[in-house]
Amino acid sequence: MRYIPHTDHDITAMLAAIGIETVDALFSHIPEELRRRATLQLPLGKGESEVHTRLTSLAQANWVAPESVSFLGAGAYPHFSPVVVDSLLQRSEFATAYTPYQPEVSQGTLQAIFEFQSLVATLLGLDVANASMYDGASATAEAVLMARRIAPQRSTVLIARSVHPQYRQVVRTYLDGVPGVRIVEVPWATDGRLDTAALARLLNDQVSCVVVGYPNVFGVIEDLGSLGTMARQQGALTVTTTTEALALGLLKAPGELGADIAVAEGQSLGLPMSYGGPGVGLFACRDRFLRNMPGRLVGETIDHEGRRGFVLTLATREQHIRREKATSNICTNQGLCALGVTIFLSLMGKQGLRELAQRNVKKSRLACDLLVQHGCAAPLAAPFFNEFVVSLPNARAQWNRLNTQGIVAGVVLEDWYPELKDCLLLCVTELHARAEIERLAAELGRGA
Amino acid sequence: MRKRAVLDEPLIAERGSPGRIGYSLPKDDLPEYDGDLAPELCRETLERFPEVSEAEVVRHFTRLSQWNFSAATTLYPLGSCTMKYNPVVNEIVARLPGFAHLHPLTPDEHAQGALALLVELERCLAEISGMDAVSLQPAAGAQGELTGMKLIRAYHREHGHPRKKVLIPGSAHGTNPASAALCGYAVEEVPTGSAGILNAETVKNCVDAEVAALMVTNPNTLGLFEREIVQITATLHAHGALVYLDGANLNALMGVAKPGHMGADVIQFNLHKTFSTPHGGGGPGAGPVGVKKILEPYLPVPRIVQREGQYAWSEAFPQSIGKVRSFYGNFGVLVRAYTYILAMGGDGLAHATRMAVLSANYLRKQLEGAYEIASHEPCMHECVFSDGSFKHTGIKTLDIAKRLLDYGFYAPTIYFPLVVSGALMIEPTETESKETLDEFTEALLAIAYEIRTSPEALKNAPMTTPVSRLDETRAARHPVLRWGKAND
Repeated sequence: MRYIPHTDHDITAMLAAIGIETVDALFSHIPEELRRRATLQLPLGKGESEVHTRLTSLAQANWVAPESVSFLGAGAYPHFSPVVVDSLLQRSEFATAYTPYQPEVSQGTLQAIFEFQSLVATLLGLDVANASMYDGASATAEAVLMARRIAPQRSTVLIARSVHPQYRQVVRTYLDGVPGVRIVEVPWATDGRLDTAALARLLNDQVSCVVVGYPNVFGVIEDLGSLGTMARQQGALTVTTTTEALALGLLKAPGELGADIAVAEGQSLGLPMSYGGPGVGLFACRDRFLRNMPGRLVGETIDHEGRRGFVLTLATREQHIRREKATSNICTNQGLCALGVTIFLSLMGKQGLRELAQRNVKKSRLACDLLVQHGCAAPLAAPFFNEFVVSLPNARAQWNRLNTQGIVAGVVLEDWYPELKDCLLLCVTELHARAEIERLAAELGRGA
Repeated sequence: MRKRAVLDEPLIAERGSPGRIGYSLPKDDLPEYDGDLAPELCRETLERFPEVSEAEVVRHFTRLSQWNFSAATTLYPLGSCTMKYNPVVNEIVARLPGFAHLHPLTPDEHAQGALALLVELERCLAEISGMDAVSLQPAAGAQGELTGMKLIRAYHREHGHPRKKVLIPGSAHGTNPASAALCGYAVEEVPTGSAGILNAETVKNCVDAEVAALMVTNPNTLGLFEREIVQITATLHAHGALVYLDGANLNALMGVAKPGHMGADVIQFNLHKTFSTPHGGGGPGAGPVGVKKILEPYLPVPRIVQREGQYAWSEAFPQSIGKVRSFYGNFGVLVRAYTYILAMGGDGLAHATRMAVLSANYLRKQLEGAYEIASHEPCMHECVFSDGSFKHTGIKTLDIAKRLLDYGFYAPTIYFPLVVSGALMIEPTETESKETLDEFTEALLAIAYEIRTSPEALKNAPMTTPVSRLDETRAARHPVLRWGKAND
């Protein structure tokens, strides 16, 4: 067995050292009835070539580019990632190291996390970032729980209905069980941005936070500045949640516009879509909320000889010390994914991230304009990043027609928002060739 | 000038030069087109973002990697973390384009390969654990715990009596109480018996009509099998309460005993432990949950169903607790775990468990003369020692851990479980050879000798690492959590 080194000779020697005769004897304290029924009804182990063949055939049963052309976004985004990112991630010293409990022999992981925190804090425009949450959705839920910890007497959470529906679902799951909390959804206005008149009606001194997508699920760039001001006047925190982190390479940072807590899904920053996971949750907040923050933190310090080094810090907030009073139950994190983001952002740097983001804006605007020229409507007037909504008669039927031709024309929005009948949510990134965009416009135009 | 470049890797932001780039974007194939956003929406700059070449990035992160001990470079005997060897083939197949580039909203008919893999993995996990149904969605063991407790809560609510308390033994995993508390439960600790094993009679005395569940880890964090587990779960069930079994230590049970037969109603699987997916500095992991029939209606959505001979995602489960994560969980991790199960087979998994337990018992025997064993019960896949034999010397468990680094080994888990004084918790796993175990034993015996003869060596350890002991108090008192800026 290639992963297990024990030879018969080793086993005999080890049993002799222990002073027993059979391996079975090691299990004799387990009730016999349990042992008798434990045989595994699974196939026998396979050779490496058989395993590889089986997995390849499963992988090939899925449609990915270039066999199909997809304009799907909505929480997972196809992007360029330099091969260096994955190549470095495959270094086994990173992959097989665990939570850095012994900092002296984990400086690589710790320094990389420190760099991750620094990059994320800058990207989100806030003072401190933690060392990675599971994904954007659970990070959003953790942000809402954190806002509750900061002002436990406030019972209401306002969440924009234009926040990704799955993110809203996860927030609901996490908050179910938190006593005395009420979630109220805020509608969007005709241009696709949050309805500020509705927000004004809903805001009061019972609101702990206002959660808004930036960009929101329609790809629309919210007017964060004015939302934040309204929230602040009622003493509520502003929480932004971003599914497309690349947008933050170009857009004003949420913190700069008044967000108190900003979270995002980091998949766009160098990680493959991988059928939706693993990704990595980005999470940042203002300094004054530091001790209410969930998750792990790495801090800079010095060793006995005065050399710079890094350690896990502020662990008193964590479950292994405070147990049921911990700020969250997060233990393992997405360390390797956070490392991927760190390498990606280092490569792209100051200039590249912005340039890549600009390319996305330009391509998606061109696509939207082309679709309108071909007869689709663009019902939302607000500016967008790399996703946008179009409407056309019988959108679902048209989507089905294109699907049979190997074009996935985005998301049929009616599935998530019954009120948005005949609307499609399309995503265009730097990886879509101009010819593909033109083909999409021509094909959808035929039905419009 | 840096004299010791390899021992003094600057931050990436401290490298490079303005204007230097490390990327090449695809060609811009757009027509002349004014597609920019209004300037008032755009940020000025990405302050202190690096400006480095590709080569500088490669060199920086390669050096950082060399500053880590890892399962690929040394024995990593971190108790309860199951740092077994991570097969390379797992990594290769997870990167096949049909998996890596698959969009989660791909129409189901074009994702049949992925769906088939998920269904098969669910079946394998159900078989290994003896549970009836599995959800692969939770992103980590702790999220699996949270999900499991939400299922229990939904069950009691549906049965008209929500209940208030959750019982947790002192030897439980640290995240257990936090997960229960997050679900709105009061946590009550159950004392562990003197041998480190939970006593059925003690549990009986703790149960009343307000107890929603017992959260029990088996084998427990002392590495011991809870031999009264069947009576314990029967007691809970007799009071209408459920049993959450923390499956983090499943590496000790495969083919030997199934949690489903022990009376567990829900368990979580830590795929990154038992099923050999990389831990990556703390993840990504995956924490699927397995349940008995009574809890199946509450599992997170979406779930996979069969429709017209194909697999499809369905949200049509009205009693579900909802979603715990976007999309379907950490798919890339699930691919790796499935690959491992396929390579090992039922026979291989059972063998892995047997060899893991053999290795732990062997280590325990080799070390028992020099270090005090925490419990005299037979151990499973990990063994725990206490500071009893060296307490009088002034040497702490921490010193031993640091000294081990000088001997080239990562340290065991220390000061956990909390119920053992100065705990030293060793988990060798089944992928370590007898020679490695013998070398590790020699190191620990040498350290035991040093405790008596040259204790300074332990106090000053580690001496061979890139940095010596770090000032953790300073890090907490004056948090510096990002480059170029102090906090607080």
